[in-house]
Amino acid sequence: MFLGFLSPALASLLLDSLTQTAVMVSVSAVLALVLGLPLGVLLVVTTPGHIFARPLLNRVVGTFVNLIRSTPFIIMMVAIIPLTRLLVGTSVGTSAAIVPLTVAITPLFARLAETAMREVDRGLIEAAEAIGATPFQIIVKVIIPEALPGIVAGVTVTLVSLVGYSTMAGTVGGGGLGDLGIRYGYQRFMPEVMLVVVAILVVLVQVIQLAGDRAAFAVNHRLARRRNSR
Amino acid sequence: MNALPQSADFAPPEAAAKAPAIRLERLGKTFDPAVGPVLDDISLTVGQGDIYGIIGRSGAGKSTLVRCINRLERPTTGRVLVADRDITALAGAELRSARRDIGMIFQHFNLLSSRTVAGNVALPLEVAGLSRAEIAGRIPPLLDLVGLADKAASYPSELSGGQKQRVGIARALATNPSVLLCDEATSALDPETTEQILSLLRDINRRLGLTIVLITHEMQVVRDIASHVAVLERGRLIEEGVTFDVLAFPKSAVARSFLSGLVAHELPPPVERRLRAAPGPDTDPVLRIVFSGDYAHQPVIADLIHRFPVEPNILFGRIDYVGDRPLGVLTLALGNGEAHLSAIVGHLAALGLHAEVIGHVSRLP
Ligand SMILES: Nc1ncnc2c1ncn2[C@@H]1O[C@H](COP(=O)(O)OP(=O)(O)O)[C@@H](O)[C@H]1O
Ligand SMILES: [Mg+2]
Repeated sequence: MFLGFLSPALASLLLDSLTQTAVMVSVSAVLALVLGLPLGVLLVVTTPGHIFARPLLNRVVGTFVNLIRSTPFIIMMVAIIPLTRLLVGTSVGTSAAIVPLTVAITPLFARLAETAMREVDRGLIEAAEAIGATPFQIIVKVIIPEALPGIVAGVTVTLVSLVGYSTMAGTVGGGGLGDLGIRYGYQRFMPEVMLVVVAILVVLVQVIQLAGDRAAFAVNHRLARRRNSR
Repeated sequence: MNALPQSADFAPPEAAAKAPAIRLERLGKTFDPAVGPVLDDISLTVGQGDIYGIIGRSGAGKSTLVRCINRLERPTTGRVLVADRDITALAGAELRSARRDIGMIFQHFNLLSSRTVAGNVALPLEVAGLSRAEIAGRIPPLLDLVGLADKAASYPSELSGGQKQRVGIARALATNPSVLLCDEATSALDPETTEQILSLLRDINRRLGLTIVLITHEMQVVRDIASHVAVLERGRLIEEGVTFDVLAFPKSAVARSFLSGLVAHELPPPVERRLRAAPGPDTDPVLRIVFSGDYAHQPVIADLIHRFPVEPNILFGRIDYVGDRPLGVLTLALGNGEAHLSAIVGHLAALGLHAEVIGHVSRLP
């Protein structure tokens, strides 16, 4: 296989690192989506003039989100170690890295989802209000489905950012591709390892972006298209 | 009141007995106190089964007015009663349930791009809590009603403007409302499609007895389908009544000028400039005659020439149809008419025609 030019030991190390990255990215992505979407919805609907206007709550949540987003990830990882210990029992290792990754990425996805949902035409929301929909029905049946192409694009950006953040997880012993690249490629001066790591990351990001673009297109019915896929 | 014969089409005999579908009582709405009221002390009654047109220029407050009826906008003062129920007093679940009795369609259709035609029509039924099976049974007749039976699986992006508005209508009717509100429903459509949508609305009005409130800045929409009309100007109701009467005899100058694109109440400027208020030694009187109903078919000019030694000269005129009633306004200069003026007006009045002297013009050499 393509890792053939590396020693078997290194190759297996690479595979382990890839697995660690995959675990960190996918678990924190799922958590970020589950937590970030409601957060994004909250940021939209509590805006003054929107369906669940709560200006004070909106301000508080918005400030909190900005606070996390302006904290550098490397500082965040260290700063929330007590929280990590509380949640997973330890502050080192792959599962420990998932906590800071999730905390850091959730506000990003929340903001991206918020932006997509803010774009939903007020007229659609009014049409739903006019037929007697509750705020919850408007969120679930109108705002989220209508914003889905934008939300999917936000998921893509979130995943790509997660891959980037996850390379710093070595700081808390999280392992992963970034950690491997630094330890072998840089500290032990094995440029071929660094190269392979970077190559894998590039491919990973490309695959995510491509899949994300396709998914966003598939859920977008705003533009007329030829009816061959249905 | 109204001296003209009522058209059978517009005023069914049982109309008087029916309870009003909508009553606005001294309705007022102010967004910004510094700007002043957008709606100012509006009272009107919409009878059951009426097609009630509200016309006015852009910014007159028409949208705000209809939006008060289903409480998308909360009135600042006054009350809105729909089927004798005070909408202004409702909130929460009660308001939502009242809204199911009031359908609404929009200028830009406001369809969900994420749902198919069937999905869009299903939305109000889902919201109302119907089961999947019940919803599935309700969709086909609704799509049949608006002529889109073959488009159930299409997305709005695949439809024309007229088709989108048909989906809007099907969605608005899904919960069997007693009232349909239309906010500039045809303003984004070309004349031919407008015609089709209006005829669909008229058809639905007749078949289902649905009360329709229709706001528009297009006079011809009102002319074509409204049984009653109100004219809104800067948030005030300046004219209101049976469409034919308002068009034939507008009381206010504003309404008169607003209607002038449709009915020849106002003279074109070159003719207007020649008009004098007082008669002179060599002037001819100018007579405006409003023809309505059957009288539009009478040979009035020939009759005048036959009976009086006058030479009628047509300055301006137009005949239009309001619903299926002809309405004509004709402005004549009566050569040698000054001496016989009162006799002529008397004669026309006896025929049942509305005639009035609006001025005098100098006889051309
Ligand atoms: N939500 C709002 N906030 C402030 N002003 C508004 C709002 N909606 C409408 N207006 C104002 O009310 C007036 C009437 O608007 P509208 O009812 O949309 O008129 P129309 O439908 O007759 O064109 C306009 O001057 C408009 O700027
Ligand atoms: Mg408007």
